[in-house]
Amino acid sequence: MTNPGKALPEGATSFARIQAGMAKRRAAERRFKMLGRLAVSVGLLFLSVLLISIVSKGYTAFWQTQMRIDVVLAAEDIDPEGTRNAETLRKADYSSLIKQSMRDMFPEVSGRRDKFALYGLVSNGAAFDLRDKVMADPSLIGTKVSLWVPADDDVDMLMKGHIDRNAAEDDRRIKDNVLGWINQLEAEDRLELRFNIDFFTKGDSRDPELAGIRGALMGTIFTLIVTLSLSFPLGVAAAVYLEEFAPKNKWTDLIEVNINNLAAVPSIVFGLLGLAVFINVFGLPRSAPLLGGLVLTLMTLPTIIIASRAALKSVPPSIRDAALGIGASPMQATLYHVIPLALPGMLTGTIIGMAQALGETAPLLMIGMVAFIADVPQGVFDPSTALPVQIYLWADSPERAYVERTSAAIMVLLGFLALMNLVAVLLRKRFERRW
Amino acid sequence: MSPQGQAMAFKLDGAAGAAHVTTVGRDVRETVGEVRVNDPRVRCTDVNVHYGDKHAIKNISLDVGKGEVLAMIGPSGCGKSTFLRCLNRMNDTVRECRVTGEILLDGEDINSRHIDVVPLRARVAMVFQKPNPFPKSIYENVAFGPRIHGLCESKADLDVVVESSLRKANLWDEVKDRLDDVGTGLSGGQQQRLCIARAIAIEPEVILMDEPCSALDPISTAKVEQLIEELRQQFSIVIVTHSMQQAARVSQRTAYFHMGDLIEVSETDRLFIKPRHQLTEDYITGRFG
Ligand SMILES: Nc1ncnc2c1ncn2[C@@H]1O[C@H](COP(=O)(O)OP(=O)(O)O)[C@@H](O)[C@H]1O
Ligand SMILES: [Mg+2]
Repeated sequence: MTNPGKALPEGATSFARIQAGMAKRRAAERRFKMLGRLAVSVGLLFLSVLLISIVSKGYTAFWQTQMRIDVVLAAEDIDPEGTRNAETLRKADYSSLIKQSMRDMFPEVSGRRDKFALYGLVSNGAAFDLRDKVMADPSLIGTKVSLWVPADDDVDMLMKGHIDRNAAEDDRRIKDNVLGWINQLEAEDRLELRFNIDFFTKGDSRDPELAGIRGALMGTIFTLIVTLSLSFPLGVAAAVYLEEFAPKNKWTDLIEVNINNLAAVPSIVFGLLGLAVFINVFGLPRSAPLLGGLVLTLMTLPTIIIASRAALKSVPPSIRDAALGIGASPMQATLYHVIPLALPGMLTGTIIGMAQALGETAPLLMIGMVAFIADVPQGVFDPSTALPVQIYLWADSPERAYVERTSAAIMVLLGFLALMNLVAVLLRKRFERRW
Repeated sequence: MSPQGQAMAFKLDGAAGAAHVTTVGRDVRETVGEVRVNDPRVRCTDVNVHYGDKHAIKNISLDVGKGEVLAMIGPSGCGKSTFLRCLNRMNDTVRECRVTGEILLDGEDINSRHIDVVPLRARVAMVFQKPNPFPKSIYENVAFGPRIHGLCESKADLDVVVESSLRKANLWDEVKDRLDDVGTGLSGGQQQRLCIARAIAIEPEVILMDEPCSALDPISTAKVEQLIEELRQQFSIVIVTHSMQQAARVSQRTAYFHMGDLIEVSETDRLFIKPRHQLTEDYITGRFG
């Protein structure tokens, strides 16, 4: 830089003053920038602490200890008449076959109590896996099959190191004799950590090793579909009417105030409303995603209306004038010119509303979406639960294995949220690019 | 500046320099001059506009002739835009705005209950102060009007209308290779001519222009002025302008507004050379506004 003081002897006084002040101004600017960076870093820090804690706790849930067992599928136990009838195959007592195979592996175990502990090494789900396998291929009957089944959650926890082998026996959920069996199984390569497909394909279960996220995920998807398909058109229509067509008078002011108030009403109140109106008056099925969707629609509508109105307000009036000035009807001006310009803003508002709905738990508790439901819902009328409620339920369960599942469910929820936001960003880009 | 403009500027100087005597004093608010024309396109009688309590237009009577450019000048806030917007009922969109009086378009009262504003605005189109093309393609900007009014049977018809409108707006040569580009990407002057093309695409009878050049550079302004001169053959044009030179260059008649009153209406040449009202003279000699 050249020295401006010499170059401009005339204006030197005021210029010198400006120069003198510059240091101060620059310092202020730097401070401001620093503060901004600090704020962003603090935010990022908390976010990463949150993510790290969730991921580090939860990633193990994506693996599950499986145990290889050899089961003798004696024809007289499964299908004594030899009909190979599906109903007979379904009803056969597979769990006793599995118990038999456990006894075969550890013939030395005796006594009711010890046997019970031995059977407990395998998950209750093993019998179902075996049944499915036999029903899929009845020719297996009469042979000895070797199959991998889920191990019990305690075994799983031990394998993942969540149960300390070196702790005193009294402080350990797995007693010494059981530990010995597990060591033997490990030595025989009968225990293995495998990718936990069940977590993504099954519904909730009382047995943590069998519990999956699918039921809650589908419940959430159905609920959000209902919410989106009701709240977006309703919200946008309401916003367009209020902003573009409604006369501005006491009534519309009143409506506006009420919409703003509704946006701040605690969500549980909407749950109570849903209980009182949708269930008790209209008799809609309890615990169904349809009901959840209706309640969440009530909750997200104000958000979408407010955001859409703001988006409409931000469309320059000159666009409306332009259309009206060459004889477009108000509807044509709105439809062809105003709404397309406001659409990105409306989508942003909708996605914010949907993200709120996705994370909402309280109102769903009120309408019974908190029930224990093991089946994966197939439609909006089936009883189901939702991701945040599932998180709440698992977080509340005593078994150690639910801890990692809670974190894993949170990851699924966050992943879903990220996906929704991605879709929103892409949509927004698409609509913005058209101009 | 066009040669005509220079001549006018000279005349203006002459007017200021000559010891001209106006005949009407400052405190008189009745309109002086030729309010009426033979065979008017628009005839306004006793038009009053109120914004709430504010009386923005006071008892104005004024004609717009066929094939003429009528300029409206006056200090800012005197009601030029308000009056202009009465002519196609754009004031309907303004809350609290009340228009009374009779405004006849081809003998038909546009304020009557039977008149639908949508076809009315197709007959009296408007071009605004700030160029406001739609954020769509150049083609779509021009095609919008004919499309919503159902003026074109086919895409080919529409293409013809779009081209001829752009040609009439002296814009065709500049944009013919990029009709699919967004209209908002054009320069300010091109945007304003695009807005004019958009208006003439619906073949209105009257085009209202509210300070169409105030946001433009001198060259763009000259182009728009030339365009106005050409369009006069086909349309009646009412133009609000804050520039007396522009009024002098483009218009045949000029109306001078002052605080909601129409002070004087004359042939443009006459108004600038021999204003009859003291307020007009104050304004054009720069003593006011
Ligand atoms: N929407 C409005 N609401 C209230 N008053 C207005 C409105 N538009 C214009 N006015 C008032 O009406 C008068 C005339 O305005 P306008 O026609 O815009 O003047 P001009 O175009 O001559 O500058 C001004 O005093 C202005 O304050
Ligand atoms: Mg104005």
